[in-house]
Amino acid sequence: MADFNFELVSPERLLLSERVSEVVLPATEGEMTVMANHAPTMTTIKPGVVTVKGIDGKVTRYIVFGGFADILPTGCTLLAESAVPAEEADRAAIEKRIEAAKNELQDGAHSDEHRTRVETFLTELTQLNGILVAF
Amino acid sequence: MPSLKDLKNRIASVKATQKITKAMKMVAAAKLRRAQEAAEAARPYSQRMSAVLSNIAAAVGSDDSAPRLMTGNGQNQTHLLVVCTAERGLCGGFNSQIARFARDHVRKLLAEGKTVKIICVGKKGFDILRREFASLIIDRVDLREVKKIGFENADQIGKKVIGLFEKNEFDVCTLFYSEFKSVISQVPTALQLIPAAVPAEAASTDAAAAIYEYEPDAGEILSDLIPRNISVQVFRALLENVAGEMGAKMSAMDNATRNAGEMINKLTLSYNRQRQAQITKELIEIISGAEAL
Repeated sequence: MADFNFELVSPERLLLSERVSEVVLPATEGEMTVMANHAPTMTTIKPGVVTVKGIDGKVTRYIVFGGFADILPTGCTLLAESAVPAEEADRAAIEKRIEAAKNELQDGAHSDEHRTRVETFLTELTQLNGILVAF
Repeated sequence: MPSLKDLKNRIASVKATQKITKAMKMVAAAKLRRAQEAAEAARPYSQRMSAVLSNIAAAVGSDDSAPRLMTGNGQNQTHLLVVCTAERGLCGGFNSQIARFARDHVRKLLAEGKTVKIICVGKKGFDILRREFASLIIDRVDLREVKKIGFENADQIGKKVIGLFEKNEFDVCTLFYSEFKSVISQVPTALQLIPAAVPAEAASTDAAAAIYEYEPDAGEILSDLIPRNISVQVFRALLENVAGEMGAKMSAMDNATRNAGEMINKLTLSYNRQRQAQITKELIEIISGAEAL
């Protein structure tokens, strides 16, 4: 099977840069699977789980909190706002973010547009939290 | 003329100081290495970010759909300066360099009749700027409790700036920080955050040549990206600052240690000389006493 270069970058560091055969991204318009020779696409990412399938078929999972992906036929770069391997995921950290988002909503000092964005973010986070409980 | 005992005490105290400065230098060197690693690790993200950004910006063009954060609100009256300095002193001219640079900028803007607002990041810059522009400082960010600067710290500052912009509190935002050139050289730098200056050089690369599919559309991605880019820029500035602070501290402490060494040499010399003089004096007294008999 054809492989391509996948890079997972968070602002703090380069988490992953290797040849993989398949990546599943939680894009804002629905999950998408990226394989080699994908058409050039740029998409935003919602909080969720990124599943990376290596050339040896080994599957690793990462939790990301938003970001965007730059997909080219030769490779895929995922710029995540914050990313952790699924095993190290900290439920408390997610709950803290949910709490922060809720507080921001209650604040009421923001524009409607901003509120909608925070609300969407909140639902996505809650969903993610649900997924993690199931793990 | 200080007595022998006084000299001895002075030497002991200078030696103690030298030990402290030496230790501080070594701590700064260790922290510098870590700060440099952090800055290095953060580089891929900001590089790719700016590449992607210039890509999309080229796709969207400068039509009306471009977000306000990028085009600005068409005014140039109120300026917001975000001045990033260190939390601690004892690092040579590091903090005062940034503060002076920012101060000149403020003076220039005030002379042009603009309104200036300042957000201070870091205690030292606040202390310096407060003397002159206390009324202009609208906020300060305290990072004293933060051991290692994470993206969240930068994100908070970025969100704060964007929040102020949405409330039309300012028109132009400039970030002041110190660019880390090398251990002995840090250059104070001003970077315009809003309206965002988008790098245009990537237009010729292969990536830009590809026709992208945007999901959702390019404008929406761009409006999501620009606030993020602001946080990334702040983050990079903070990391550069930490590296610069540690570099400046290291060379300042190195100088202090060397100075202390020189001082100890001088003091030891005059101590020995005085001791010798005293011995000679005592000998003369004994000899002349014996001769008088």
